[in-house]
Amino acid sequence: MSILIDRNTRVVVQGITGRDGAFHTGQMIEYGTQVVAGVTPGKGGLEVHGVPVFDTVEAAVERTGADASIIYVPPLGAADAICEAVAAGIRFVVCITEGIPVQDMLRVLPFVKEKGARLVGPNCPGLIVPGQAKMGILPGSIVTPGPVGVVSRSGTLTYEVVYQLTTAGIGQSACIGIGGDPLIGTRFLDVLELFEGDPQTEAVILIGEIGGTDEEEAAAFVKAKMHKPVVSFIAGRTAPPGRRMGHAGAIVSGGSGTAADKVAALQAAGVRVAVTPAGIVDELRAVWSAKGAR
Amino acid sequence: MNIHEHQARDLLRGFGLPVPEHEVAKTPEEAAAAARRFGGTVVVKAQVHAGGRGKAGGVKLARDPDEARRVAERILDLEIKGLPVRKLLVAPAADIAHELYAGITLDRRAQRSVLMLSAEGGIDIEEVARQAPEKIVRGHLDPVRGLEPYEARRLAFRVLPEPKQALGLSRLLLLLARAYTALDASLAEINPMVVTKSGELLALDAKINLEDNGLDRHPDLEALRDLDAEDPRERRAREKGLTYIQLDGDVACVVNGAGLAMATMDLIQHYGGRPANFLDIGGSSNPEKVTTALEIIQADANVRAILFNIFGGITRCDDVARGILSVIEKNPPRLPIVVRLIGTNDAEARRLLQGTPLATAVSMDEVVQKAIAAAKTGARA
Repeated sequence: MSILIDRNTRVVVQGITGRDGAFHTGQMIEYGTQVVAGVTPGKGGLEVHGVPVFDTVEAAVERTGADASIIYVPPLGAADAICEAVAAGIRFVVCITEGIPVQDMLRVLPFVKEKGARLVGPNCPGLIVPGQAKMGILPGSIVTPGPVGVVSRSGTLTYEVVYQLTTAGIGQSACIGIGGDPLIGTRFLDVLELFEGDPQTEAVILIGEIGGTDEEEAAAFVKAKMHKPVVSFIAGRTAPPGRRMGHAGAIVSGGSGTAADKVAALQAAGVRVAVTPAGIVDELRAVWSAKGAR
Repeated sequence: MNIHEHQARDLLRGFGLPVPEHEVAKTPEEAAAAARRFGGTVVVKAQVHAGGRGKAGGVKLARDPDEARRVAERILDLEIKGLPVRKLLVAPAADIAHELYAGITLDRRAQRSVLMLSAEGGIDIEEVARQAPEKIVRGHLDPVRGLEPYEARRLAFRVLPEPKQALGLSRLLLLLARAYTALDASLAEINPMVVTKSGELLALDAKINLEDNGLDRHPDLEALRDLDAEDPRERRAREKGLTYIQLDGDVACVVNGAGLAMATMDLIQHYGGRPANFLDIGGSSNPEKVTTALEIIQADANVRAILFNIFGGITRCDDVARGILSVIEKNPPRLPIVVRLIGTNDAEARRLLQGTPLATAVSMDEVVQKAIAAAKTGARA
């Protein structure tokens, strides 16, 4: 069992001929992911790491049966790449690209939803199901299969936490970076729901950071719907408050986005919040020994 | 990117919004000259990238050119939220009957842009939002069709009962929404939008924040950036694709990724140190970014030790190692440097750094503790 992807997922890489796309195609294949096709408009017929390149996602799907896409396309073309993937019938899309304009994502998200597809990202490291497959840029060497689901808004901080888990002998059911942008396809609460329903996952680690109110929404979900224990870490406790401009942001969110607010909301929902990344392992062990499960 | 009120007024005027004419003054004499040209009472407003200008004394009325000169002199002496006032906006004062608030920004939760409108605009709008949120009406922009005319009318009639004024307001809201979308803005706000005693609608203030990711589509708007309002080191970092924020501590950190960078700062404080900066070299690194990062950090006289905390994913550790080496080969470092590189291509990075004078660390806790110790003892690498 796994969430979202497994060893049978057939992946098409959009932007496969770029520096990052080509490099990480190699890394994904090395990890055991079935990369069946690449797409770069105008470069059909090439091969990258032995993977055939097509001009359109439609052709890639027809010829290879790809059923998931990962996007390494530059920012101003990335929103179009997401639309191309879902229009071609792909139902699971991961977008790594950083720097997509918000106005583009505003138009893309309803289209993804209308097509019944799921998008992870943008501006995210993707996901890895240890021992099965990865779609993204997380280093495969730091994960190991096990019972802990990891979800994070950050990229490299996720690696740090996963590395510490693996070093402590605690394996992961899946590690997902949902992305740091204000508009993303899959949010904390979506992933919490998946982990809650996944038999392999016994506990969840949620890594948040200052800004927005996603952690507060996640806390409300944990309180209302989750039975599995959740441990959290929030980055940015000591970040200096920025110079805020205008009023609309504060009026619309109704929350300050500070670490203190997020920690309080999570703790009120019964989540144990670690003070340092290393403390996550301790909190997780404390949760398990309290439950008598381990 | 923040832009000044006078720039936002020019932009909104270009979209057809009724923004009174204005002049920009850099000296009291220029302010007096502008007041003379306009005649009558003028308003003199500080142009700084900070809210709460009115409450800080940065917005004053002046009845004649002499008073405009005196008022300008006082405002130019001000620092508002730590920012020196370098420019003033001078505009004819309006005969205000009523102040409204209108603003458009992103509603992250709804994944839509939201228009907010209130009959109680002016400097206390945030207080209104806290105390009486029902006095702010909201409507979402359709992601494809934008603000619908019926939605603009629905909102306008809820804050202005007089039909002609409400219809006029709804037209202005459509223009504001068009500007917000076309400019790739993250905020477009008019506070106050006023009804004058003769019943005319005027946009007396304008605030526009441009979304950084949208700027590549608008090279013309990049020219609006106020380079004086930006710390020179922060500017240099931005131009090289780094995010740098100077802080007042002595342990400098070079990290990839904002989350890990914040967590590294948090950990420095957790172990009793003080971070000298926030520095995110971003993803997809090239050695040149590391070179720039080291140069910027070494220019900060407070720094006593430098740590690298790099967790490779899309960033390759060997790229970072090459960047560090290219700097220290040319200029041997005058400060202790502690390096932790892990993740993509870390074996190659370790090989490159072998036999160099750099201190290394395996864990995040270790690199932070070693750097704090080095900063305290003043040890030189």
